[in-house]
Amino acid sequence: MTTAEVGRARLRKEDSRLLRGRTKWTDNITVPGLLHLAILRSPHAHAKISRVDVSAALDRPNVVAAFSGADVAETQGVLACAWPVTEDIVLPTYTPLAVTEVRHVGEPVAVVVARDRASAVDALEAIEVDYETLPVVLDLEGALAEGADLVHADKGTNKCYTWVFDSAVAGSGSDVAAAAGEAEVTIQRRYIQQRLIPSFMEPRSVIVEPGGPNGETTVYSATQIPHVMRFLLAATTGTPEHKIRVIAPDVGGGFGGKLAVTPEEWIAFAAAHRVGRPVKFTETRSESMVSAHHGRDLIQDLTLYARRDGTVTGLDVKLIANMGAYLGIVTPGVPLLGAFMYNGIYKFPAYRFECTGVFTNTTKTDAYRGAGRPEATYAIERIMDELAAEVGLDPMEVRRRNWISHEEFPFTTVAGLEYDSGNYEAATDKAMSLLGYDELRAEQEQRRSAGDKVQLGIGISTYTEMCGLAPSRILGALRYGAGGWESASVRVLPTGKVEVVTGSSPHGQGHETAWSQIVADQLGVPFEDVEVLHGDTRTAVKGMDTYGSRSLSVGGVALAMACQKVRDKAAKVAAHMLEASPDDIEFSDGAFRVRGTPDVTKSIADVALAVFAAHDLPDGIEPTLDSEATFDPTTFSFPHGTHLCAVEVDTETGETAIRRYACVDDVGTVINPLIVEGQVHGGVAQGIAQALYEEARYDADGNLLTASFADYTIPSAADLPDIHSDRTETPATSNPLGVKGVGEAGTIAATPAVVNAIVDALRPFGVNDVPMPCTPERVWRAIQAAAPTQAAAPTDTAAPAEAAAPAEAVAPTEAAGPAVPGSPHGVTGEGEVEQ
Amino acid sequence: MANVSISVDGTRYSDDVPPRTLLVHYLRDQLGKVGTVVGCDTGNCGACTVLMTDPDGVARSVKSCSVLAVQADGRQVTTVEGLGGDHPVQRAFHEQHALQCGFCTPGMVMAAVDLLSEVEDPTDTQIREGLEGNLCRCTGYVNIARAVKSAAAEMRSAASVPEQAAPAETAPAESGVAA
Repeated sequence: MTTAEVGRARLRKEDSRLLRGRTKWTDNITVPGLLHLAILRSPHAHAKISRVDVSAALDRPNVVAAFSGADVAETQGVLACAWPVTEDIVLPTYTPLAVTEVRHVGEPVAVVVARDRASAVDALEAIEVDYETLPVVLDLEGALAEGADLVHADKGTNKCYTWVFDSAVAGSGSDVAAAAGEAEVTIQRRYIQQRLIPSFMEPRSVIVEPGGPNGETTVYSATQIPHVMRFLLAATTGTPEHKIRVIAPDVGGGFGGKLAVTPEEWIAFAAAHRVGRPVKFTETRSESMVSAHHGRDLIQDLTLYARRDGTVTGLDVKLIANMGAYLGIVTPGVPLLGAFMYNGIYKFPAYRFECTGVFTNTTKTDAYRGAGRPEATYAIERIMDELAAEVGLDPMEVRRRNWISHEEFPFTTVAGLEYDSGNYEAATDKAMSLLGYDELRAEQEQRRSAGDKVQLGIGISTYTEMCGLAPSRILGALRYGAGGWESASVRVLPTGKVEVVTGSSPHGQGHETAWSQIVADQLGVPFEDVEVLHGDTRTAVKGMDTYGSRSLSVGGVALAMACQKVRDKAAKVAAHMLEASPDDIEFSDGAFRVRGTPDVTKSIADVALAVFAAHDLPDGIEPTLDSEATFDPTTFSFPHGTHLCAVEVDTETGETAIRRYACVDDVGTVINPLIVEGQVHGGVAQGIAQALYEEARYDADGNLLTASFADYTIPSAADLPDIHSDRTETPATSNPLGVKGVGEAGTIAATPAVVNAIVDALRPFGVNDVPMPCTPERVWRAIQAAAPTQAAAPTDTAAPAEAAAPAEAVAPTEAAGPAVPGSPHGVTGEGEVEQ
Repeated sequence: MANVSISVDGTRYSDDVPPRTLLVHYLRDQLGKVGTVVGCDTGNCGACTVLMTDPDGVARSVKSCSVLAVQADGRQVTTVEGLGGDHPVQRAFHEQHALQCGFCTPGMVMAAVDLLSEVEDPTDTQIREGLEGNLCRCTGYVNIARAVKSAAAEMRSAASVPEQAAPAETAPAESGVAA
């Protein structure tokens, strides 16, 4: 009973049903009278819809209904953008089914509702649609040029918004222009954050069941945000909120990809009400890839000003961010989540950030693991290495000269955020020893001097992130449409078992386990006696859901606060039971006792039973221990860490292999080290994937070329290294649990560590950048382009014989030089990297 | 319609199916075996992996999205639901925290079971390459590789003690993977 649960590597409560195949994925659920829905999607990136005829589809067997956007134009509602970041932002109308015009390949145009899924899909081919194609806008800079073709003709521009932060204006720092004038060193770089696809493993699925006992509609959806969805369904379809119940059952991953309200959910809602029966829609993987939102897709222009000794004096950041054709729930705001992070862990005196959002005829972008912060961290960690090379210092030394030292916390950054706690030195020292930094540097030197065809590089990423989204006041100041609080309630049952309701909505993170650990310590009940309920708006009435590494640092804190209220109520009853004054009662080792009389105790269960009977309660005491709390943080939390990656680069073939990956993360107080380590592993894997493997690519007509797992190469077990992870623990001072959040850390940190390692290996060849993903072809081209005469090791200029096949096939036909973003290049095959 | 007779997790089923029906859809839609899931449409993700006997009666892993139900006629199929919950691979996945969202897990577990039936004591590389056909987006595969290694050790040690029977695939369902 006295064993602390917090900090213990508890095995997960969630696993049993998942391992036995008894999981409630939305697509596993069926309800009486269920019909199935299939969606006809646009084959054009931009076209006027001149005619849709569904009559032939209605004649197909088993078809119950078929309709187009025009048929439901008045009832289907609209999809809302919750983050109009500026006053003059351009907000296009976003309808679930296109009515008059399509603006990306895969946009829904018409639907069939049928008895079974196969019949619905079969009938799609009978729908006739006439399109008049329009010019396709894809190039970000071209889209902003005078006279450019327009994605939304009625808006007169492809520019969505321009958002600026200037430390001189905000008062958080000085003027970058002044820093530019006095700089001894000026480094300018353009980095491209390629478009990524979140690639949750469970395809999105939705069931809409109208006509409940009180006329309510129940929606099951594979979503991260059941509460937000309920609110927006009510707000945009005219259905009263209390007549909508949303259930997020078991959800198979999200990574931001299910932080969305989707056309498909709204279409299913419209379809179910049109036919008066429940309907289910489950997307295919290809549908998911062409129509669910993507992530990243930015051009980043950075200028770093510094002194010769490596001290940074100013940073200027200009972004062009691809919005896609429409705005999803937080599309415009994603780059802003990075705006406060380009200064990273450093004490820059001057900073200016400007982001311009641009519409293109592509699937919309929106949150993907890290959302804004991986982009920022990549850019700053890459350019800090460039500074090190320019001033002739070890890249770690440049960081040490600029970072906030542990004595300086709390520290208000040039972006205006107060970092509450951290110890970059401790995490870095531990990581360097975990990697074997000095030994690997020695080996690197050896390989360089021996002219080894396989060179070694060491990449560093010393990151921080802001998470625990988010203080409601700050969200309001940034024009976000909702608050950032989280809710929890605790019900103590008569037998002493505890039901916990959380507004946070998990999809693989392990809330049931971690929340049980928190409650066990807070109330002195066994871990096994806690049940965690979530994801159903009937049970978990209030919530802001799960994203932005917020569950623990906001929802977990709300839970601890609710437990505190339970204890406060119980203490009065316990005092009465122990015939003592409430002032003399203490709660320790999981039970109430009278100070000085430690042997006589009353547990929460004892009190719960007494409260249930209510025969002998003190006057004025309500017979319940149940409590509820809502926590609105006053600031973000700031996990940090040091990720180090050693990469071997074959200079003849461009092939890279991660030799060793070591990371030390400081996520504050840890509830469950097993879960934390798992989050780091998975995050790092996605960060490595951006560096080496993944890129969503469109052809010149706006067709997504990477529209399946055969073409969009998320890494397999054979493509990824073992990950050596460890932790330091500097508790957050901004919340009572001392927790910081870990969901996105690995993804934020890993990408620059890998690319820095590749560039580090190739610096003697004159290479100072390789665009992502760093495929063998791109690495090889970078070597060839940088200094052809210096690339001594390769013995001929032909495409390398051992290069991976797809790259090899393309390489000789293209002009030498680093591949420009957006230009065709070899498709990365899985399994190219040897481990 | 084609008539098929397929044994799934120890129960024999006889059904008429449209010839184009995929095994995975037959399992899910007609038998209610929803433990086996569909993660992609190109045979890349492996979430639908099950064991199916070959013509010689040897159970091997197949991606049930790439097999027609009619091809399974007369065969024995084992899904994750047929492992019983206490299979060494299931236990190891739990103990090593080798699953997060759990969507890839049924397929990953079946692929691991198949791998270990072929290679008793796999190296890390053999494990990683052996599971190459199964994608996971949550774990980075680190703990999956650890779990398979640990299950292999447990299965070897169980096999070396004759009187202690190796956990059967039909072990009682409630024997508990819970903490």
